[in-house]
Amino acid sequence: MAIRSVLSTRTLSGLKETSSKLLGFRGIQTFTLPDLPYDYSALEPAISGEIMQIHHQKHHQTYVTNYNNALEQLDQAVNKGDASTVVKLHSAIKFNGGGHVNHSIFWKNLAPVNQGGGEPPKGALGGAIDTHFGSLEGLVKKMSAEGAALQGSGWVWLGLDKELKKLVVDTTANQDPLVTKGASLVPLVGIDVWEHAYYLQYKNVRPDYLKNVWKVINWKYASEVYESECK
Amino acid sequence: MMMTTTSSFLWSCSLLPSQGPNRQTQWKRHEKVLSFSLSCSPKSTVKFYMNGALVSRQLSRKVAVSGVVRAGFELKPPPYPLDALEPHMSRETLDYHWGKHHKTYVENLNKQILGTDLDGLSLEEVVLLSYNRGNMLPVFNNAAQAWNHEFFWESIQPGGGGKPSGDLLRLIERDFGSFDDFVERFKAAASSNFGSGWTWLAYKANRLDVANAVNPLPKEEDKKLVIVKTPNAVNPLVWDYSPLLTIDTWEHAYYLDFENRRVEYINTFMEKLVSWETVSTRLESAMARAVQREQEGTDTEDEENPDDEEPEVYLDDASEEVD
Repeated sequence: MAIRSVLSTRTLSGLKETSSKLLGFRGIQTFTLPDLPYDYSALEPAISGEIMQIHHQKHHQTYVTNYNNALEQLDQAVNKGDASTVVKLHSAIKFNGGGHVNHSIFWKNLAPVNQGGGEPPKGALGGAIDTHFGSLEGLVKKMSAEGAALQGSGWVWLGLDKELKKLVVDTTANQDPLVTKGASLVPLVGIDVWEHAYYLQYKNVRPDYLKNVWKVINWKYASEVYESECK
Repeated sequence: MMMTTTSSFLWSCSLLPSQGPNRQTQWKRHEKVLSFSLSCSPKSTVKFYMNGALVSRQLSRKVAVSGVVRAGFELKPPPYPLDALEPHMSRETLDYHWGKHHKTYVENLNKQILGTDLDGLSLEEVVLLSYNRGNMLPVFNNAAQAWNHEFFWESIQPGGGGKPSGDLLRLIERDFGSFDDFVERFKAAASSNFGSGWTWLAYKANRLDVANAVNPLPKEEDKKLVIVKTPNAVNPLVWDYSPLLTIDTWEHAYYLDFENRRVEYINTFMEKLVSWETVSTRLESAMARAVQREQEGTDTEDEENPDDEEPEVYLDDASEEVD
């Protein structure tokens, strides 16, 4: 918005108080739930339509809503110089912001079979996987094992360490984004191993979910990210 | 064997008696105390508090309290039929939550400890030892989750809910203002516990507000009820609290019945499931233990090694390094 670039933060907060009717006008960028580039049922039978719908419309939407709330509270606290509140909000921001970041990547990591889901990576990423893990099967085995062994809630990632120029497999707890494990880590593929990602279909058998999810992994997207980071 | 090579850990000598599946008082004054080695090396060092001083000892494996090598822990069924909590917690949930999740923790735990030094200990002892001051040993997850789930099934009952009475209500009102205030805070804690975990009502006696700290001058007001949130498998036993009530907020606990609606699950838990009778019984035990511990603490301060009686800690090598 043009107004934002002209006014200072102080004026903005003054405006906020005097014109509460300006809906959606905030000194901060807020977020919306991204659309899925495929139908909820398009990933079946690997992931059920029921799970996709609840996962997207309920879980991810809640992260977005709560993230926006936390950001707004943060903005107010920062403007007031309320350091205690700023610090107190960090866990809500990390959790909900992380949830939004991670799930936005996740939807792009998945694709229906008729849109290339499950097709092995070619090109630079395919080569890098063979170099670092011996083969795609080797990578899949490692990620599935680490995902199954993760206690509680979290994610298993294939990432690129852009400084060391190598691929890594790592896990994060709860909604911690991959970057919390290393500032130079770029997520290529993330697999959600929170129970909500598979429970309605696979119940307690997380390894079965991890066996099947590879059938809908969108390696094209991962390759794009890899190649753009490697330039 | 599976145990990692942590060679020393801190363990309060005034350990709570077992509250878990055994429910026997295993810690009595002048009884032989269990000692054991955690690593594969022939001797390991154990540090603990005795009479207020930090002491470290070289230990090797001694006789387990029961004297019997157990065949393994059992999966105890809930104290009600699996469909008895309907419609508040479905039969299907019990089938999976107890019949698969809880069962798997017990089975995997038994596999992990068979033939190791942990074999023969009570479940609570395994939990406390494997917690290892927060640097958990591999067996902790299964042991603590086995303990937690048994405690959870016993925390609820068909026709549960309502209000507590007697000492429990008195303490709740004393420490939280009112029962409604307590419920609000408990629910807020449970719904804000990010990720997987548990929320507890616990009785905290004579502890400072820092883990591993001993309160040197305990007073009546140091004994109080607290609400505690824990992640994944952790439970308040590891901080020497007495758990009274727990709610499982891992998604598997509510997903089949409530999907993502954790708040609704928590409300249902408080209104229809919680067994205040059980919580009251647990509180009575906890308060009695706290009193007993205080008496023991006062007595042992005056004695070093009583004549004709076993020392409080059974040692192999009496060499002592005081930190």
